[in-house]
Amino acid sequence: MINDNRKRLRRTMMFLNAQKPALIKDPYIYKPDSIILDLEDAVAENQKDVARFSLYHALRSIDYCGIERVVRINALGTPYWREDIRCAVAGGCDAVRIPKAESAEDIRRAEAVVDSAEKEFGRPEGSVLIMAAIESARGVMKALEICEASARLFGIALSGGDYTKDLQTHITGTGIELMGARQNLVIAARAAGVQCFDTVYTDLDDMEGFRRDVETIHLMGFDGKSVINPRQIDIVHEIYTPSKEDVEFAWKVIREIDAKRQSGIGVFTVDGKMIDIAFYDGAKRTIALAKASGMYREEWEC
Amino acid sequence: MLNAVGREIPEEILRMTGKEVFQGNGHYDGIVYRKHGPKTTCVINSGGSKLKKTIQEVLVECGIRDGMTVSFHHHFRDGDYIVNMVMEEIHAMGIKNITICASSLGKAHDPIVPYIEDGTITGIYSSGVRGKIGEAVSGGKLKGLAVMCSHGGRVRAIETGEVQIDIAFIGAPTCDEYGNCRGIGGRSNCGVLSYAMADAGYADRVVAITDCLVPFPNFPAHISMTQVDYVVEVEAIGDPAKIATGAAKPTTDQRKLLMAEYCTKFVVNTPYFKDGFSYQTGVGGASIASTVFLAREMKKRNIRMRFGVGGLTKPMCDLLINGQTDCLLDTQDFDLAAVESVKDLHHFRISAGEYANPFNKGAVVNKLDFVILAALEVDVHFNCNVVVGSDGVIAGAQGGHPDTAAGAKCAIVVTPLSQGRIPAVCTEVTTVTTPGESIDVVITDYGIAINPARPDLIQAMKNVDLPFRSIEELRDIAYAITGRPEKVQFMDRVVGIIESRDGTIMDVVRQVKPFMFSEERV
Repeated sequence: MINDNRKRLRRTMMFLNAQKPALIKDPYIYKPDSIILDLEDAVAENQKDVARFSLYHALRSIDYCGIERVVRINALGTPYWREDIRCAVAGGCDAVRIPKAESAEDIRRAEAVVDSAEKEFGRPEGSVLIMAAIESARGVMKALEICEASARLFGIALSGGDYTKDLQTHITGTGIELMGARQNLVIAARAAGVQCFDTVYTDLDDMEGFRRDVETIHLMGFDGKSVINPRQIDIVHEIYTPSKEDVEFAWKVIREIDAKRQSGIGVFTVDGKMIDIAFYDGAKRTIALAKASGMYREEWEC
Repeated sequence: MLNAVGREIPEEILRMTGKEVFQGNGHYDGIVYRKHGPKTTCVINSGGSKLKKTIQEVLVECGIRDGMTVSFHHHFRDGDYIVNMVMEEIHAMGIKNITICASSLGKAHDPIVPYIEDGTITGIYSSGVRGKIGEAVSGGKLKGLAVMCSHGGRVRAIETGEVQIDIAFIGAPTCDEYGNCRGIGGRSNCGVLSYAMADAGYADRVVAITDCLVPFPNFPAHISMTQVDYVVEVEAIGDPAKIATGAAKPTTDQRKLLMAEYCTKFVVNTPYFKDGFSYQTGVGGASIASTVFLAREMKKRNIRMRFGVGGLTKPMCDLLINGQTDCLLDTQDFDLAAVESVKDLHHFRISAGEYANPFNKGAVVNKLDFVILAALEVDVHFNCNVVVGSDGVIAGAQGGHPDTAAGAKCAIVVTPLSQGRIPAVCTEVTTVTTPGESIDVVITDYGIAINPARPDLIQAMKNVDLPFRSIEELRDIAYAITGRPEKVQFMDRVVGIIESRDGTIMDVVRQVKPFMFSEERV
């Protein structure tokens, strides 16, 4: 039985070095939707076991107040990833993030280790979810098969740093170098019915640039963004959270469609906008998102 | 005897000091007292100059002798040279049993520790002692007591004669040969001389020490020639780099910014946040960020401040420059922007007495709507400790903390819930320095607790989306993270007194003992 948290709200997924107690002791005060405890790039080669140790104990002893705890393991080409998964699963993580995924086979290899770790540590079968990071041109081209590789997989994420190197370009700040990958990944994820997350924005001093970036990926259809600092969280949540007006309009759309359906009318207007049945699911999603983000108020159901 | 904050004050200390225990902030309201008058030497035949060549010469002229009290101000902060140069001379003259009455003592004064050890200095009356002096006092090396007072309480003690200053030494950034001192100009520009004003008015002898002698008249004088006995010119009175620093870079620490956002949201939702409000804050990262965020909200809501008080820094002075406050009332300047701002016509210098003396007929702190403070520890009774570190060593100063907290309508303490694995919200503070009756709100990174004694504030926040919790809940969260702390272990000997603003005893500080694990824990 696969964990039914696959579709949970993930507007922000915040990276934290699993080796840094000051970072991992209480990131929940900043209210990200998920944290990604990193065993990969943030941790030096000769510190992997130390990081696993602090990761395991953090997962065991800290109450993260309902925030999803994802562990980024080392890539499948390294000697570390199997032990990373064992420690993460033993500690009680909610999900593992597989870096540098390039094929459905990668996902299945990792999944097999997750399976056996669940059994080894007595965790319910299917309780640990998987997400995959796409970091190469090949990964982008194989996005759909990756998305469909496992019932545990809840989503894919673009990792822009490695991807642009593979593409023989670099992060420009304009997003132009990421256009194809972003479009491809979000289409593949939607086709497979999984979530899709955008890459990090590394210039912490350029909050305006960050805001533009988030606005872009929001419009492209991404479910959320990886963040590297708590100061980025509020901006993402602001852009990703429906306003009171959005919720009120969504309720009007739902009510009107329900009413007009009774009387056999297919197309009509709400507040001057043309509406038909195709808007129904979107309006429901808006309300669900408002509720999931905790800003929903009953009185908006006017 | 138990005092109003539940601290046991040893009878022996009450006898020795002649003091009473703390009985609540308002206990002495309406008391009638006669102010102390200094023994004043009239200066007729000075020939128009009060200049003396050396500190040693001036000490002789002032009749320095064993058992005297000498005073200093701390406007030069960590850059101060005055205390050390005067004490070095006193020590060289073989004088003993000196009491230092300083507005504060810090790291700059580490070199006087040997004079504590050899009995040159046997008493301290100061807002606080940091650095090596704090360690020496807590280690039992001071023969007498260290009395820690608030800025307002110090002026009260001087004006009532409870502390009688024999010689006041006033470091003056500029001074003329007749003793007119100013806090501005010169190399050691500190902006104002607020803390020294009571000393100048009530000490028997007043000595100005300057490294920038200017032609008479150095007007408008911050401390007048009418109060000054002697002037000494020295090479340097301070290290300018440590007196007024460049403006602190705005913090990027998200934890501090989070607390500042909570603080600002709290402030703007109180009934006091309206046109004409007043405000004071400190110099910590969260305090400074709170001022910046508050300025943003004031602009958004078209609300102006009537006056800001400080301990001033650039963000406060920016309020004046941007027309967001009518004026600033200044007791101390922490950065170059604040020193520069002193020139503004609406930037008013005030004395420490005007600022905070509780025995005045009025003080600025009583007109404050908001004060944003920090604390080392706050307990479930809202008592604060800003003086004694988690290791039991005296490491801080009361400053204006108890004064502003007592005076302000809304006293807010902002602190991370744990500081370096030490819980900042606890069952009982190590030492009470500001009583819980003065504190209205505690803001932490994990939540906000309103003092139950303020149902009006609780009501005002009813529909405000902030993480409100009880102070006990905050303590429980802190302990869940850090564990329940063992109490600091002290010897019996009392080495210091936390003096309340009104001169009563808030708490005592005992000599520290090296920590011993109890048997079952070994």
